Amino acid sequence: MLSRVADSLYWMSRYLERAENAARLIDVHLNLRLDQSPKLSGSRWVRLAASLQTPLPSTGDHNDDFKMVDWLTFDFSNTNSIVSCIGAARENARHVREQISSEMWEHLNQLHLSVKQADSEVIWLSQPHQFLQSVKDGAYFFQGITDSTMNHGEGWHFIQIGRYIERARLIACLLDIHFTTFHQKPDYVIGSDDYLEWVGLLQGCAAFESYRKVYTADVTPIRVAEFLLLNTELPHSVCFAIDRLQDALNGYAEATETRKVGRVYRTLGRLRAALDFDQIDEIIAGGLHNYLLDLQEQCAQIHEALYKMCIDYPIETALTA
Amino acid sequence: MTAVSSPPNPVTFTTPPFTQYQLDGAYDELFEDNGLPRGQYQALYNRLLELPPEELHRRQQAADVSFLHQGITFTVYGREEGTERIFPYDLLPRILTNAEWKTVEKGLTQRITALNKFLRDVYHDGQILADGVVPKDLVYSCKHYRREMRGIQVPRDIYVSVVGTDLVRLDDGSFAVLEDNLRVPSGVSYMLANRQVMKRVFPHLFGNYGVRSIDHYGQAILSTLRSLAPVNRSADPTIVLLTPGVYNSAYFEHTFLAQLMGIELVEGRDLLVHNNVVYMRTTAGLRQVDVIYRRIDDDFIDPLAFRPDSILGVPGLFNAYRAGNVALGNAIGTGVADDKAIYAYVPAIIRYYLNEDPILPNVETYLLDDKAQRNYVIDRLDQLVVKAVGESGGYGMLIGPHSTAAEREKFKELIQANPRNYIAQPTLNLSRAPCFINGQVEARHVDLRPYILYGKRVTIVPGGLTRVALKRGSLVVNSSQGGGSKDTWVLYE
Repeated sequence: MLSRVADSLYWMSRYLERAENAARLIDVHLNLRLDQSPKLSGSRWVRLAASLQTPLPSTGDHNDDFKMVDWLTFDFSNTNSIVSCIGAARENARHVREQISSEMWEHLNQLHLSVKQADSEVIWLSQPHQFLQSVKDGAYFFQGITDSTMNHGEGWHFIQIGRYIERARLIACLLDIHFTTFHQKPDYVIGSDDYLEWVGLLQGCAAFESYRKVYTADVTPIRVAEFLLLNTELPHSVCFAIDRLQDALNGYAEATETRKVGRVYRTLGRLRAALDFDQIDEIIAGGLHNYLLDLQEQCAQIHEALYKMCIDYPIETALTA
Repeated sequence: MTAVSSPPNPVTFTTPPFTQYQLDGAYDELFEDNGLPRGQYQALYNRLLELPPEELHRRQQAADVSFLHQGITFTVYGREEGTERIFPYDLLPRILTNAEWKTVEKGLTQRITALNKFLRDVYHDGQILADGVVPKDLVYSCKHYRREMRGIQVPRDIYVSVVGTDLVRLDDGSFAVLEDNLRVPSGVSYMLANRQVMKRVFPHLFGNYGVRSIDHYGQAILSTLRSLAPVNRSADPTIVLLTPGVYNSAYFEHTFLAQLMGIELVEGRDLLVHNNVVYMRTTAGLRQVDVIYRRIDDDFIDPLAFRPDSILGVPGLFNAYRAGNVALGNAIGTGVADDKAIYAYVPAIIRYYLNEDPILPNVETYLLDDKAQRNYVIDRLDQLVVKAVGESGGYGMLIGPHSTAAEREKFKELIQANPRNYIAQPTLNLSRAPCFINGQVEARHVDLRPYILYGKRVTIVPGGLTRVALKRGSLVVNSSQGGGSKDTWVLYE
């Protein structure tokens, strides 16, 4: 497969994961807002923007609910907004549309056309939830279509790599911002004011229902951290994402009978082992913030090593090989 | 063949959806002069009388949505918003009988065979020039003549392997060649996509009609390209399609064809040349490339050999080509044979190499280099069509009867400044075919571009792209100038 194609598949997948994540977090946020004091609205938007790694609008309107939704969802000048992410995913797909199945392309193209035409004011006044749900559904359908219609070969593995590296990074970032805000002291206990925020965190990772099945409705910070970081069965946990990332990388190596996966494997293997063996108490004792920063840094290293290996390699080494 | 309009035809149509349908001097694809449908159109005609207009409208919308969702679009240059447009698709098929098609097929095969021999000759011994059949200076002054190609051996002596030839129907119903496209002809993806949509929108009508299939195009073009592979690599050659990239107006077609053939779609930046061998950069290292179906013009293909400012091409590609390590389809320099002034000599070229009379005639053409012809044309600019010899896509053209005095004045100056650069032809009354327009069936001018493949053998899939001038009375069918297209059916006997 062409290096450029791998690059586009990878970013198509990352951007779509990012759009899905943003849609879920904004949706949860709009829902929580209904039960919370309007005075705190501004600071919650600031936190949400930080979790999405999106700068605040330069107009400084982060107390205005509509303007924030517009900025995070519909504004093309925000490169991290939902419409921008879907546009970028679609543009990457367009560069490789002969490599993906026609079904995938048509679905993503339709999703792009429908969100691009959306009128933010109309949606805000009627059914923002429905719109955000349609974005999430669009992403879920795309994954289903991808799994059912594309060969599970090299290209497919690159799509998985992009998706799970983005997911691991996004959850780490979300957890970090949340714990930094609410869990500043070791003896912190969830109060009635904060309870909804913790539920929101779980919902933001599509994890509240599963959490109750595993731990009952008793929400504690340690359990939430353990669940979202180390659970191997929750699709939106860091550990799950890293597991799938490793599977995808193995799949890629098998599909291409490739050499030189060394550095990527080392970084990924180390990360995977840490998540397998680390205990949540130790992690928290050792400082969750640094742990999560380090996790994001390792994701970045995996990305770089992958690029050095198969996309951005120097020609001289390839010619002598 | 001059532009004399015939007296108004007394036939009028009173049954919907044909009430807006008019016959004029042009050959009508659907109706005979007496207002009765031609044999091959009878079943379609009956169906149109039965279907309520809303139903037709609904099917037209279904077709349009299908094109939009599939992203079957072309790029309009120079606009920020809405740069991707769907190529307007007309619902109603254009139908040719097998007998009509056979003549076209024979004529095109003859023409492409002769043109390949001509190119081989021009870039080697120049026998035809020495014999004075085609004037030397006409060839050497051609903008698309490539001196660099002199003496280069191309695989199987095939210069042009992928061709799209524009045909028009004359008033008597016979076909004539309007233009040869021997460089990077486009539009074949629309031919194939139109057919897919047609089968979805009119399944029963299509099924009952007995239409010859065009589905083997993908395999045919692949084997044509494979036949060009260097001998030592011909067992399992790596074939790629080289595109200028996602911003090119025909990008959709490039992806479509790559997918159809199952080959890699590459951009210039994916390729590199080392020791006169072309490689592509893959995730598993470098891989040698043997045949390039290039959709980039000569000028841009290699910045070291041609335009140095090109960032679309591959530095060193021409040397690899000259060394015989990679094949190009089409070869470089084929534009000399589709120059519109050389075009006037194609009948002579056919007679010279094949010793046969041309099966498909040319359209009468005035060469403006010649003083007598020039004066004749300049006096009649309001009746003739003037074209720049090296242009395509409907650019650089004057349609006399539809022009203003200022435009004619401008062309007069252009011609006098550089007469070699222009030719003139009579304003042709292109034949007209039924189209679905605003809930009615109306007649619009059409042409026909069949696609010819020349490898070990000549393959022409039955039909081609019928292009339509959707504006009432317009004679310009180019997509860049408001044209659309429709499916073209060739019937089994």
